[in-house]
Amino acid sequence: MRTKNTALKVLYYIAIALLCVVFIYPFWWMVVNSFNDINDIFGPPTLLPRSFQWENYVEIFRVQPFARQYMNTVLVAVAGTVGNLLVSSLSGYAFARLRFPGRSALFILLLTALMMPIEVTIVPMYFMMRGMGLSDSLFPLIFIPMFCSQGAFSAFMLRQHYVTVPKEYEEAARLDGLSPMGIYFRIMLPIAVPVLSSCAILAFLSVWNMYLEPLVFISSVAKYTLPLALANFNDSYGLPQWNLQLAATTLSVIPVMIVYLIFQEKISNAMVNSGLK
Amino acid sequence: MMKKQIQKLNKGEAVTGYLFILPQMIGLMIFVIIPLVMIITYSFQNRNFLFGNLGFCGLENYRMLIDDEIFLMTLKNTLIFSLGVVPLNLVLSLALAMFLAGSAGGTSVVRGVIFLPVITSGVAWSIVFKFLLQGGPTGPINSILSIFGIEGPNWLFERGWAMFSVVVARVLKNLGMNVLIFMGAVMNLPQDVIEAGKIDGAGRMKLFSKIKLPLLMPSILMVMIVTLIGSMRVFDTIKLMTDGGPEGSTMVLVYYIYHQAFKSFSIGYASTIAVVLFVIVLILTIFQWSLRKKADYYEN
Repeated sequence: MRTKNTALKVLYYIAIALLCVVFIYPFWWMVVNSFNDINDIFGPPTLLPRSFQWENYVEIFRVQPFARQYMNTVLVAVAGTVGNLLVSSLSGYAFARLRFPGRSALFILLLTALMMPIEVTIVPMYFMMRGMGLSDSLFPLIFIPMFCSQGAFSAFMLRQHYVTVPKEYEEAARLDGLSPMGIYFRIMLPIAVPVLSSCAILAFLSVWNMYLEPLVFISSVAKYTLPLALANFNDSYGLPQWNLQLAATTLSVIPVMIVYLIFQEKISNAMVNSGLK
Repeated sequence: MMKKQIQKLNKGEAVTGYLFILPQMIGLMIFVIIPLVMIITYSFQNRNFLFGNLGFCGLENYRMLIDDEIFLMTLKNTLIFSLGVVPLNLVLSLALAMFLAGSAGGTSVVRGVIFLPVITSGVAWSIVFKFLLQGGPTGPINSILSIFGIEGPNWLFERGWAMFSVVVARVLKNLGMNVLIFMGAVMNLPQDVIEAGKIDGAGRMKLFSKIKLPLLMPSILMVMIVTLIGSMRVFDTIKLMTDGGPEGSTMVLVYYIYHQAFKSFSIGYASTIAVVLFVIVLILTIFQWSLRKKADYYEN
Protein backbone atom coordinates (compact mmCIF):
# COMPACT_ATOMS: atom_id res chain seq x y z
CA MET A 1 0.00 0.00 0.00
CA ARG A 2 2.78 2.33 1.01
CA THR A 3 4.78 1.70 -2.17
CA LYS A 4 1.68 2.15 -4.28
CA ASN A 5 1.12 5.55 -2.73
CA THR A 6 4.70 6.63 -3.35
CA ALA A 7 4.50 5.42 -6.92
CA LEU A 8 1.31 7.40 -7.43
CA LYS A 9 2.92 10.45 -5.92
CA VAL A 10 5.92 10.15 -8.22
CA LEU A 11 3.63 9.76 -11.22
CA TYR A 12 1.66 12.76 -10.09
CA TYR A 13 4.72 14.96 -9.83
CA ILE A 14 5.99 13.75 -13.20
CA ALA A 15 2.64 14.70 -14.74
CA ILE A 16 2.76 18.12 -13.11
CA ALA A 17 6.34 18.71 -14.21
CA LEU A 18 5.50 17.74 -17.81
CA LEU A 19 2.55 20.10 -17.75
CA CYS A 20 4.71 22.97 -16.58
CA VAL A 21 7.31 22.20 -19.24
CA VAL A 22 4.68 22.45 -21.99
CA PHE A 23 3.65 25.90 -20.84
CA ILE A 24 7.06 27.27 -19.89
CA TYR A 25 9.01 25.93 -22.87
CA PRO A 26 7.68 28.53 -25.37
CA PHE A 27 8.72 31.37 -23.06
CA TRP A 28 12.04 29.75 -22.29
CA TRP A 29 12.71 29.21 -25.98
CA MET A 30 11.85 32.84 -26.67
CA VAL A 31 14.25 34.22 -24.06
CA VAL A 32 17.10 31.85 -24.97
CA ASN A 33 16.92 32.64 -28.66
CA SER A 34 16.58 36.35 -28.11
CA PHE A 35 20.29 36.15 -27.20
CA ASN A 36 21.26 34.10 -30.24
CA ASP A 37 22.77 35.10 -33.50
CA ILE A 38 20.19 34.73 -36.28
CA ASN A 39 22.04 31.67 -37.63
CA ASP A 40 21.97 29.92 -34.26
CA ILE A 41 18.21 30.08 -33.74
CA PHE A 42 17.33 26.81 -35.39
CA GLY A 43 19.11 23.59 -34.71
CA PRO A 44 19.13 20.95 -32.02
CA PRO A 45 17.21 22.19 -28.97
CA THR A 46 19.42 23.73 -26.28
CA LEU A 47 18.64 25.04 -22.85
CA LEU A 48 21.00 28.01 -23.09
CA PRO A 49 21.80 30.48 -25.85
CA ARG A 50 24.50 29.38 -28.28
CA SER A 51 25.96 32.80 -28.98
CA PHE A 52 25.03 35.24 -26.16
CA GLN A 53 24.61 38.13 -28.50
CA TRP A 54 23.58 40.96 -26.19
CA GLU A 55 23.64 43.39 -29.10
CA ASN A 56 20.24 42.06 -30.15
CA TYR A 57 18.75 44.12 -27.36
CA VAL A 58 20.51 47.24 -28.61
CA GLU A 59 19.82 46.56 -32.24
CA ILE A 60 16.02 46.48 -31.79
CA PHE A 61 16.11 50.13 -30.83
CA ARG A 62 18.02 50.93 -34.00
CA VAL A 63 15.94 49.15 -36.63
CA GLN A 64 12.66 50.52 -35.28
CA PRO A 65 11.79 53.44 -32.99
CA PHE A 66 11.20 50.75 -30.39
CA ALA A 67 11.49 53.00 -27.33
CA ARG A 68 8.92 55.31 -28.84
CA GLN A 69 6.64 52.38 -29.67
CA TYR A 70 7.02 51.09 -26.14
CA MET A 71 6.07 54.49 -24.75
CA ASN A 72 3.09 54.66 -27.12
CA THR A 73 1.83 51.39 -25.71
CA VAL A 74 2.33 52.50 -22.11
CA LEU A 75 0.60 55.80 -22.85
CA VAL A 76 -2.35 54.23 -24.61
CA ALA A 77 -2.74 51.53 -21.96
CA VAL A 78 -2.59 53.99 -19.05
CA ALA A 79 -4.83 56.60 -20.68
CA GLY A 80 -7.30 53.96 -21.88
CA THR A 81 -7.44 52.36 -18.44
CA VAL A 82 -7.86 55.61 -16.52
CA GLY A 83 -10.49 56.81 -18.98
CA ASN A 84 -12.28 53.49 -18.78
CA LEU A 85 -12.43 53.65 -14.96
CA LEU A 86 -13.56 57.28 -14.85
CA VAL A 87 -16.33 56.97 -17.41
CA SER A 88 -17.59 53.60 -16.22
CA SER A 89 -17.51 54.38 -12.50
CA LEU A 90 -19.57 57.52 -13.11
CA SER A 91 -22.15 55.66 -15.13
CA GLY A 92 -22.00 52.52 -12.99
CA TYR A 93 -22.76 54.63 -9.92
CA ALA A 94 -25.58 56.50 -11.66
CA PHE A 95 -27.17 53.31 -12.98
CA ALA A 96 -27.05 51.75 -9.52
CA ARG A 97 -28.02 54.62 -7.23
CA LEU A 98 -29.49 57.64 -8.97
CA ARG A 99 -33.11 57.56 -10.14
CA PHE A 100 -33.92 59.02 -13.51
CA PRO A 101 -36.46 58.23 -16.22
CA GLY A 102 -35.27 55.66 -18.76
CA ARG A 103 -32.61 54.26 -16.46
CA SER A 104 -33.13 50.56 -17.13
CA ALA A 105 -33.69 51.03 -20.87
CA LEU A 106 -30.43 52.97 -21.16
CA PHE A 107 -28.62 50.34 -19.12
CA ILE A 108 -29.82 47.58 -21.43
CA LEU A 109 -28.67 49.68 -24.37
CA LEU A 110 -25.25 49.90 -22.72
CA LEU A 111 -25.17 46.12 -22.34
CA THR A 112 -25.36 45.72 -26.13
CA ALA A 113 -21.80 47.09 -26.19
CA LEU A 114 -20.80 44.15 -24.02
CA MET A 115 -21.46 41.62 -26.74
CA MET A 116 -20.42 43.72 -29.72
CA PRO A 117 -17.22 42.30 -31.22
CA ILE A 118 -14.83 45.02 -32.29
CA GLU A 119 -14.21 42.96 -35.43
CA VAL A 120 -17.76 43.73 -36.56
CA THR A 121 -17.67 47.49 -36.13
CA ILE A 122 -14.07 48.27 -36.97
CA VAL A 123 -14.63 49.03 -40.66
CA PRO A 124 -17.11 51.91 -40.20
CA MET A 125 -15.20 53.00 -37.11
CA TYR A 126 -12.16 53.50 -39.31
CA PHE A 127 -14.09 55.89 -41.55
CA MET A 128 -15.57 57.74 -38.58
CA MET A 129 -12.15 58.26 -37.04
CA ARG A 130 -10.78 59.37 -40.38
CA GLY A 131 -13.66 61.83 -40.70
CA MET A 132 -12.80 63.24 -37.27
CA GLY A 133 -9.16 63.58 -38.30
CA LEU A 134 -8.11 60.87 -35.86
CA SER A 135 -6.75 58.27 -38.25
CA ASP A 136 -3.10 57.41 -37.73
CA SER A 137 -3.32 58.72 -34.18
CA LEU A 138 -3.38 57.00 -30.81
CA PHE A 139 -6.78 58.44 -29.87
CA PRO A 140 -8.95 55.64 -31.28
CA LEU A 141 -6.84 53.16 -29.31
CA ILE A 142 -7.59 55.11 -26.12
CA PHE A 143 -11.31 55.50 -26.86
CA ILE A 144 -11.96 51.87 -27.75
CA PRO A 145 -11.20 50.44 -24.29
CA MET A 146 -13.20 53.29 -22.76
CA PHE A 147 -16.39 52.86 -24.74
CA CYS A 148 -16.50 49.48 -26.47
CA SER A 149 -17.03 46.16 -24.74
CA GLN A 150 -14.33 46.77 -22.12
CA GLY A 151 -16.00 50.02 -21.05
CA ALA A 152 -19.44 48.46 -20.88
CA PHE A 153 -17.97 45.59 -18.90
CA SER A 154 -16.43 47.91 -16.29
CA ALA A 155 -19.70 49.87 -16.00
CA PHE A 156 -21.58 46.60 -15.54
CA MET A 157 -19.20 45.35 -12.82
CA LEU A 158 -19.27 48.67 -11.00
CA ARG A 159 -23.04 48.90 -11.14
CA GLN A 160 -23.29 45.42 -9.63
CA HIS A 161 -20.97 46.58 -6.86
CA TYR A 162 -22.72 49.89 -6.16
CA VAL A 163 -26.10 48.20 -5.88
CA THR A 164 -24.80 46.43 -2.77
CA VAL A 165 -23.49 49.57 -1.02
CA PRO A 166 -25.75 50.59 1.93
CA LYS A 167 -27.87 53.69 1.27
CA GLU A 168 -26.85 55.21 4.64
CA TYR A 169 -23.42 56.13 3.25
CA GLU A 170 -24.87 58.58 0.76
CA GLU A 171 -27.51 59.92 3.10
CA ALA A 172 -24.95 60.72 5.76
CA ALA A 173 -22.77 62.39 3.15
CA ARG A 174 -25.70 64.38 1.77
CA LEU A 175 -26.60 65.58 5.28
CA ASP A 176 -23.00 66.67 5.68
CA GLY A 177 -23.57 68.84 2.64
CA LEU A 178 -21.57 66.95 0.02
CA SER A 179 -22.57 67.57 -3.59
CA PRO A 180 -23.24 64.58 -5.91
CA MET A 181 -19.77 65.05 -7.35
CA GLY A 182 -18.37 65.12 -3.82
CA ILE A 183 -20.22 61.94 -2.92
CA TYR A 184 -18.85 60.25 -6.01
CA PHE A 185 -15.24 61.30 -5.50
CA ARG A 186 -15.02 61.13 -1.70
CA ILE A 187 -17.16 58.08 -1.02
CA MET A 188 -18.15 56.07 -4.06
CA LEU A 189 -14.75 55.87 -5.74
CA PRO A 190 -12.83 54.85 -2.58
CA ILE A 191 -15.25 52.09 -1.58
CA ALA A 192 -15.11 50.57 -5.06
CA VAL A 193 -11.32 50.20 -5.12
CA PRO A 194 -11.34 46.37 -5.20
CA VAL A 195 -13.68 46.33 -8.20
CA LEU A 196 -11.91 49.26 -9.83
CA SER A 197 -8.60 47.45 -9.60
CA SER A 198 -10.06 44.33 -11.24
CA CYS A 199 -11.50 46.48 -14.02
CA ALA A 200 -8.17 48.25 -14.37
CA ILE A 201 -6.27 44.97 -14.76
CA LEU A 202 -8.63 43.77 -17.48
CA ALA A 203 -8.67 47.10 -19.31
CA PHE A 204 -4.90 47.45 -19.15
CA LEU A 205 -4.26 43.94 -20.47
CA SER A 206 -6.82 44.37 -23.23
CA VAL A 207 -5.09 47.53 -24.47
CA TRP A 208 -1.58 46.18 -24.02
CA ASN A 209 -2.44 43.16 -26.15
CA MET A 210 -4.71 44.63 -28.81
CA TYR A 211 -3.66 44.01 -32.37
CA LEU A 212 -6.45 44.41 -34.91
CA GLU A 213 -7.29 47.95 -33.77
CA PRO A 214 -3.79 49.45 -34.16
CA LEU A 215 -3.35 47.44 -37.37
CA VAL A 216 -6.38 49.24 -38.80
CA PHE A 217 -5.92 52.71 -37.32
CA ILE A 218 -2.16 53.24 -37.25
CA SER A 219 -0.05 53.59 -40.37
CA SER A 220 3.19 55.35 -39.38
CA VAL A 221 5.84 53.26 -37.68
CA ALA A 222 6.53 55.88 -35.00
CA LYS A 223 2.94 55.50 -33.78
CA TYR A 224 2.93 51.70 -33.62
CA THR A 225 2.06 49.97 -30.39
CA LEU A 226 3.98 46.90 -29.24
CA PRO A 227 1.94 44.13 -30.90
CA LEU A 228 2.25 45.90 -34.26
CA ALA A 229 5.93 46.62 -33.72
CA LEU A 230 6.65 42.99 -32.86
CA ALA A 231 5.07 41.76 -36.05
CA ASN A 232 7.17 44.21 -38.03
CA PHE A 233 10.76 43.00 -37.56
CA ASN A 234 11.89 42.60 -41.15
CA ASP A 235 15.07 43.95 -42.66
CA SER A 236 15.09 46.33 -45.60
CA TYR A 237 14.83 43.39 -48.01
CA GLY A 238 11.71 42.16 -46.23
CA LEU A 239 13.53 39.22 -44.66
CA PRO A 240 12.53 38.48 -41.09
CA GLN A 241 15.01 39.41 -38.36
CA TRP A 242 14.14 36.53 -36.11
CA ASN A 243 16.57 37.15 -33.28
CA LEU A 244 15.54 40.81 -33.02
CA GLN A 245 11.87 39.90 -33.16
CA LEU A 246 12.39 37.51 -30.26
CA ALA A 247 14.32 40.09 -28.24
CA ALA A 248 11.57 42.67 -28.75
CA THR A 249 8.90 40.11 -27.91
CA THR A 250 10.76 39.23 -24.73
CA LEU A 251 10.91 42.89 -23.74
CA SER A 252 7.18 43.25 -24.32
CA VAL A 253 6.21 40.13 -22.39
CA ILE A 254 8.51 40.37 -19.36
CA PRO A 255 6.96 43.41 -17.56
CA VAL A 256 3.45 41.99 -17.79
CA MET A 257 4.75 38.70 -16.51
CA ILE A 258 6.52 40.28 -13.54
CA VAL A 259 3.39 42.19 -12.59
CA TYR A 260 1.43 38.97 -12.93
CA LEU A 261 3.81 37.05 -10.69
CA ILE A 262 3.42 39.70 -7.99
CA PHE A 263 -0.37 39.98 -8.12
CA GLN A 264 -1.05 36.47 -9.39
CA GLU A 265 -4.17 35.76 -7.34
CA LYS A 266 -5.77 39.15 -7.97
CA ILE A 267 -5.15 39.06 -11.72
CA SER A 268 -6.31 35.52 -12.34
CA ASN A 269 -9.41 36.08 -10.20
CA ALA A 270 -10.29 39.23 -12.14
CA MET A 271 -9.95 37.40 -15.44
CA VAL A 272 -11.83 34.32 -14.34
CA ASN A 273 -14.72 36.45 -13.10
CA SER A 274 -14.82 38.30 -16.39
CA GLY A 275 -14.98 34.98 -18.21
CA LEU A 276 -18.10 34.07 -16.29
CA LYS A 277 -20.00 37.27 -16.90
CA MET B 1 -43.54 72.52 1.16
CA MET B 2 -42.03 69.15 1.96
CA LYS B 3 -43.40 67.67 -1.25
CA LYS B 4 -41.91 70.45 -3.30
CA GLN B 5 -38.52 69.86 -1.74
CA ILE B 6 -38.67 66.16 -2.54
CA GLN B 7 -39.69 66.95 -6.10
CA LYS B 8 -36.78 69.32 -6.37
CA LEU B 9 -34.45 66.68 -4.95
CA ASN B 10 -35.74 64.09 -7.43
CA LYS B 11 -35.31 66.45 -10.31
CA GLY B 12 -31.81 67.25 -9.18
CA GLU B 13 -31.07 63.56 -8.84
CA ALA B 14 -32.32 62.88 -12.37
CA VAL B 15 -30.18 65.66 -13.80
CA THR B 16 -27.12 64.38 -11.93
CA GLY B 17 -27.90 60.87 -13.18
CA TYR B 18 -28.02 61.99 -16.79
CA LEU B 19 -24.83 63.99 -16.38
CA PHE B 20 -23.04 61.00 -14.86
CA ILE B 21 -24.00 58.62 -17.65
CA LEU B 22 -23.50 61.21 -20.39
CA PRO B 23 -19.82 60.47 -21.20
CA GLN B 24 -20.44 56.75 -21.46
CA MET B 25 -23.59 57.23 -23.51
CA ILE B 26 -21.91 59.56 -25.99
CA GLY B 27 -19.08 57.04 -26.35
CA LEU B 28 -21.59 54.22 -26.75
CA MET B 29 -23.28 56.13 -29.55
CA ILE B 30 -20.05 56.94 -31.41
CA PHE B 31 -18.20 53.67 -30.90
CA VAL B 32 -20.94 51.05 -30.85
CA ILE B 33 -24.41 52.08 -31.98
CA ILE B 34 -23.55 54.28 -34.96
CA PRO B 35 -20.89 51.86 -36.33
CA LEU B 36 -23.44 49.05 -36.06
CA VAL B 37 -26.03 51.06 -37.99
CA MET B 38 -23.30 51.96 -40.47
CA ILE B 39 -22.24 48.40 -41.29
CA ILE B 40 -25.84 47.43 -41.87
CA THR B 41 -26.28 50.45 -44.16
CA TYR B 42 -22.96 49.78 -45.90
CA SER B 43 -23.96 46.19 -46.53
CA PHE B 44 -26.70 47.45 -48.87
CA GLN B 45 -24.35 49.77 -50.72
CA ASN B 46 -21.82 49.39 -53.46
CA ARG B 47 -19.22 51.12 -51.33
CA ASN B 48 -15.54 51.44 -52.10
CA PHE B 49 -12.61 52.48 -49.90
CA LEU B 50 -11.42 55.18 -52.30
CA PHE B 51 -14.59 56.46 -53.94
CA GLY B 52 -17.06 56.06 -51.10
CA ASN B 53 -20.66 55.16 -51.81
CA LEU B 54 -21.27 54.23 -55.46
CA GLY B 55 -24.98 53.73 -54.89
CA PHE B 56 -27.57 51.59 -53.19
CA CYS B 57 -27.44 48.03 -54.44
CA GLY B 58 -30.10 46.25 -52.44
CA LEU B 59 -29.29 42.67 -51.62
CA GLU B 60 -26.55 42.42 -54.24
CA ASN B 61 -23.78 42.05 -51.61
CA TYR B 62 -25.72 39.30 -49.88
CA ARG B 63 -26.28 37.52 -53.18
CA MET B 64 -22.55 37.74 -53.83
CA LEU B 65 -21.86 35.95 -50.53
CA ILE B 66 -23.63 32.82 -51.70
CA ASP B 67 -21.65 32.66 -54.94
CA ASP B 68 -18.33 33.68 -53.37
CA GLU B 69 -16.35 30.49 -53.03
CA ILE B 70 -13.73 32.20 -50.89
CA PHE B 71 -16.38 33.40 -48.46
CA LEU B 72 -17.86 29.91 -48.21
CA MET B 73 -14.36 28.57 -47.64
CA THR B 74 -13.68 31.08 -44.84
CA LEU B 75 -16.99 30.19 -43.26
CA LYS B 76 -16.06 26.52 -43.43
CA ASN B 77 -12.57 27.21 -42.07
CA THR B 78 -13.98 29.21 -39.16
CA LEU B 79 -16.26 26.30 -38.40
CA ILE B 80 -13.39 23.81 -38.57
CA PHE B 81 -11.29 26.05 -36.35
CA SER B 82 -14.09 26.27 -33.78
CA LEU B 83 -14.78 22.54 -33.97
CA GLY B 84 -11.11 22.04 -33.20
CA VAL B 85 -10.69 24.65 -30.51
CA VAL B 86 -13.87 24.20 -28.49
CA PRO B 87 -13.85 20.42 -27.81
CA LEU B 88 -10.07 20.28 -27.36
CA ASN B 89 -10.12 23.21 -24.97
CA LEU B 90 -13.09 21.90 -22.98
CA VAL B 91 -11.85 18.32 -22.64
CA LEU B 92 -8.32 19.36 -21.69
CA SER B 93 -9.35 22.09 -19.28
CA LEU B 94 -11.97 19.93 -17.59
CA ALA B 95 -9.51 17.05 -17.23
CA LEU B 96 -6.84 19.35 -15.85
CA ALA B 97 -9.28 21.01 -13.48
CA MET B 98 -10.41 17.65 -12.09
CA PHE B 99 -6.80 16.54 -11.80
CA LEU B 100 -5.63 19.72 -10.07
CA ALA B 101 -8.67 20.14 -7.82
CA GLY B 102 -8.38 16.57 -6.58
CA SER B 103 -4.66 16.68 -5.83
CA ALA B 104 -2.60 18.04 -3.02
CA GLY B 105 0.76 19.71 -3.58
CA GLY B 106 2.03 22.06 -6.24
CA THR B 107 -1.32 23.16 -7.65
CA SER B 108 -0.77 26.87 -7.11
CA VAL B 109 2.46 26.69 -9.10
CA VAL B 110 0.74 24.81 -11.92
CA ARG B 111 -2.16 27.22 -11.90
CA GLY B 112 0.24 30.12 -12.18
CA VAL B 113 2.16 28.47 -15.00
CA ILE B 114 -0.80 27.49 -17.17
CA PHE B 115 -2.21 30.98 -16.74
CA LEU B 116 0.92 32.68 -18.08
CA PRO B 117 -0.13 32.42 -21.76
CA VAL B 118 -3.55 33.91 -20.90
CA ILE B 119 -1.99 37.22 -19.86
CA THR B 120 0.56 37.13 -22.68
CA SER B 121 -0.40 39.00 -25.83
CA GLY B 122 -1.78 36.89 -28.64
CA VAL B 123 0.79 38.44 -30.94
CA ALA B 124 3.76 37.42 -28.77
CA TRP B 125 2.36 33.91 -28.33
CA SER B 126 1.72 33.53 -32.06
CA ILE B 127 5.19 34.78 -32.98
CA VAL B 128 6.84 32.26 -30.66
CA PHE B 129 4.67 29.42 -31.94
CA LYS B 130 5.47 30.36 -35.50
CA PHE B 131 9.12 29.80 -34.67
CA LEU B 132 8.52 26.60 -32.70
CA LEU B 133 6.54 25.13 -35.58
CA GLN B 134 9.11 25.81 -38.31
CA GLY B 135 9.33 22.92 -40.74
CA GLY B 136 12.28 20.72 -41.55
CA PRO B 137 14.48 18.82 -39.10
CA THR B 138 15.78 22.03 -37.48
CA GLY B 139 12.40 23.38 -36.35
CA PRO B 140 12.29 23.32 -32.53
CA ILE B 141 9.21 21.11 -32.20
CA ASN B 142 10.39 18.88 -35.03
CA SER B 143 13.81 18.41 -33.49
CA ILE B 144 12.18 17.34 -30.23
CA LEU B 145 9.97 14.93 -32.19
CA SER B 146 13.02 13.55 -33.97
CA ILE B 147 14.40 12.38 -30.60
CA PHE B 148 11.48 9.93 -30.61
CA GLY B 149 12.13 9.07 -34.22
CA ILE B 150 9.17 11.05 -35.55
CA GLU B 151 9.64 13.16 -38.63
CA GLY B 152 7.48 16.24 -38.10
CA PRO B 153 5.68 17.89 -41.02
CA ASN B 154 6.16 21.44 -42.26
CA TRP B 155 3.51 22.51 -39.79
CA LEU B 156 2.48 25.92 -41.04
CA PHE B 157 2.82 25.26 -44.76
CA GLU B 158 0.95 22.02 -45.25
CA ARG B 159 -2.80 21.92 -45.62
CA GLY B 160 -4.43 20.38 -42.59
CA TRP B 161 -1.34 20.65 -40.41
CA ALA B 162 -1.57 24.45 -40.63
CA MET B 163 -5.11 24.39 -39.26
CA PHE B 164 -4.04 21.87 -36.63
CA SER B 165 -1.18 24.17 -35.60
CA VAL B 166 -3.28 27.31 -35.16
CA VAL B 167 -5.88 25.32 -33.22
CA VAL B 168 -3.26 23.94 -30.83
CA ALA B 169 -1.54 27.32 -30.39
CA ARG B 170 -4.87 28.93 -29.62
CA VAL B 171 -5.98 26.20 -27.21
CA LEU B 172 -2.72 26.33 -25.26
CA LYS B 173 -2.96 30.10 -24.99
CA ASN B 174 -6.45 30.19 -23.50
CA LEU B 175 -6.52 26.88 -21.67
CA GLY B 176 -5.49 28.33 -18.28
CA MET B 177 -8.56 30.51 -18.15
CA ASN B 178 -11.01 27.64 -18.50
CA VAL B 179 -8.99 25.44 -16.15
CA LEU B 180 -9.37 28.04 -13.40
CA ILE B 181 -13.09 28.48 -14.12
CA PHE B 182 -13.64 24.73 -13.97
CA MET B 183 -11.50 24.37 -10.85
CA GLY B 184 -13.79 26.84 -9.13
CA ALA B 185 -16.82 24.87 -10.27
CA VAL B 186 -15.32 21.51 -9.23
CA MET B 187 -14.43 22.80 -5.78
CA ASN B 188 -17.95 24.15 -5.33
CA LEU B 189 -19.53 20.76 -6.04
CA PRO B 190 -21.80 19.72 -3.16
CA GLN B 191 -19.64 17.32 -1.18
CA ASP B 192 -22.59 15.55 0.45
CA VAL B 193 -23.94 14.42 -2.90
CA ILE B 194 -20.53 13.04 -3.90
CA GLU B 195 -20.13 11.32 -0.52
CA ALA B 196 -23.57 9.78 -0.95
CA GLY B 197 -22.51 8.49 -4.34
CA LYS B 198 -19.37 6.97 -2.85
CA ILE B 199 -21.34 5.27 -0.10
CA ASP B 200 -23.65 3.82 -2.71
CA GLY B 201 -20.56 2.24 -4.23
CA ALA B 202 -20.03 4.36 -7.32
CA GLY B 203 -16.56 3.92 -8.82
CA ARG B 204 -14.40 6.80 -10.03
CA MET B 205 -15.74 6.66 -13.58
CA LYS B 206 -19.33 6.37 -12.49
CA LEU B 207 -18.90 9.12 -9.92
CA PHE B 208 -17.63 11.37 -12.69
CA SER B 209 -20.12 10.52 -15.42
CA LYS B 210 -23.24 10.14 -13.30
CA ILE B 211 -22.74 12.74 -10.57
CA LYS B 212 -19.99 15.27 -11.19
CA LEU B 213 -20.52 15.81 -14.92
CA PRO B 214 -24.26 16.55 -14.68
CA LEU B 215 -23.61 18.93 -11.80
CA LEU B 216 -20.92 20.70 -13.82
CA MET B 217 -23.09 20.91 -16.94
CA PRO B 218 -24.22 24.55 -16.46
CA SER B 219 -20.60 25.74 -16.14
CA ILE B 220 -19.53 23.58 -19.06
CA LEU B 221 -22.22 25.04 -21.32
CA MET B 222 -21.34 28.60 -20.34
CA VAL B 223 -17.62 28.05 -20.91
CA MET B 224 -18.40 26.31 -24.19
CA ILE B 225 -20.30 29.28 -25.58
CA VAL B 226 -17.75 31.84 -24.39
CA THR B 227 -14.96 29.78 -25.99
CA LEU B 228 -17.01 29.34 -29.16
CA ILE B 229 -17.64 33.09 -29.49
CA GLY B 230 -13.95 33.73 -28.91
CA SER B 231 -12.98 31.23 -31.60
CA MET B 232 -15.36 32.80 -34.13
CA ARG B 233 -13.50 36.08 -33.59
CA VAL B 234 -9.99 34.71 -34.08
CA PHE B 235 -7.65 37.00 -35.99
CA ASP B 236 -4.16 37.55 -34.55
CA THR B 237 -3.24 33.86 -34.34
CA ILE B 238 -4.14 33.37 -37.99
CA LYS B 239 -2.67 36.60 -39.30
CA LEU B 240 0.69 36.04 -37.63
CA MET B 241 1.12 32.28 -37.84
CA THR B 242 -0.14 31.38 -41.31
CA ASP B 243 -1.43 34.63 -42.81
CA GLY B 244 -4.43 32.66 -44.01
CA GLY B 245 -2.38 30.11 -45.91
CA PRO B 246 -1.52 27.65 -47.25
CA GLU B 247 -3.90 28.15 -50.18
CA GLY B 248 -6.36 29.92 -47.91
CA SER B 249 -6.85 26.82 -45.78
CA THR B 250 -6.68 28.82 -42.53
CA MET B 251 -8.47 31.92 -43.75
CA VAL B 252 -11.25 32.76 -41.28
CA LEU B 253 -14.14 35.24 -41.20
CA VAL B 254 -12.41 38.15 -39.47
CA TYR B 255 -9.34 37.71 -41.66
CA TYR B 256 -11.58 37.92 -44.73
CA ILE B 257 -13.36 41.03 -43.41
CA TYR B 258 -9.99 42.68 -42.85
CA HIS B 259 -8.77 41.62 -46.26
CA GLN B 260 -11.87 42.74 -48.16
CA ALA B 261 -11.96 46.12 -46.39
CA PHE B 262 -8.32 47.14 -46.23
CA LYS B 263 -6.64 45.14 -49.00
CA SER B 264 -9.35 44.80 -51.66
CA PHE B 265 -11.03 48.06 -50.58
CA SER B 266 -14.53 46.58 -50.98
CA ILE B 267 -16.12 48.28 -47.99
CA GLY B 268 -19.70 47.33 -48.87
CA TYR B 269 -18.84 43.67 -49.25
CA ALA B 270 -16.63 43.64 -46.13
CA SER B 271 -19.53 45.11 -44.18
CA THR B 272 -21.82 42.37 -45.44
CA ILE B 273 -19.42 39.74 -44.08
CA ALA B 274 -19.25 41.69 -40.82
CA VAL B 275 -23.05 41.53 -40.62
CA VAL B 276 -22.81 37.74 -40.97
CA LEU B 277 -20.29 37.63 -38.10
CA PHE B 278 -22.52 39.91 -36.05
CA VAL B 279 -25.55 37.67 -36.54
CA ILE B 280 -23.56 34.57 -35.54
CA VAL B 281 -22.22 36.23 -32.39
CA LEU B 282 -25.64 37.69 -31.58
CA ILE B 283 -27.34 34.28 -31.74
CA LEU B 284 -24.65 32.73 -29.56
CA THR B 285 -24.89 35.59 -27.06
CA ILE B 286 -28.66 35.36 -26.78
CA PHE B 287 -28.25 31.64 -26.17
CA GLN B 288 -25.61 32.40 -23.53
CA TRP B 289 -27.80 34.95 -21.75
CA SER B 290 -30.80 32.64 -21.70
CA LEU B 291 -28.56 29.94 -20.22
CA ARG B 292 -27.37 32.30 -17.54
CA LYS B 293 -30.94 33.26 -16.69
CA LYS B 294 -31.74 29.57 -16.31
CA ALA B 295 -28.66 29.04 -14.16
CA ASP B 296 -29.64 31.97 -11.93
CA TYR B 297 -33.12 30.53 -11.69
CA TYR B 298 -31.82 27.18 -10.50
CA GLU B 299 -29.43 28.78 -8.05
CA ASN B 300 -32.21 30.71 -6.36
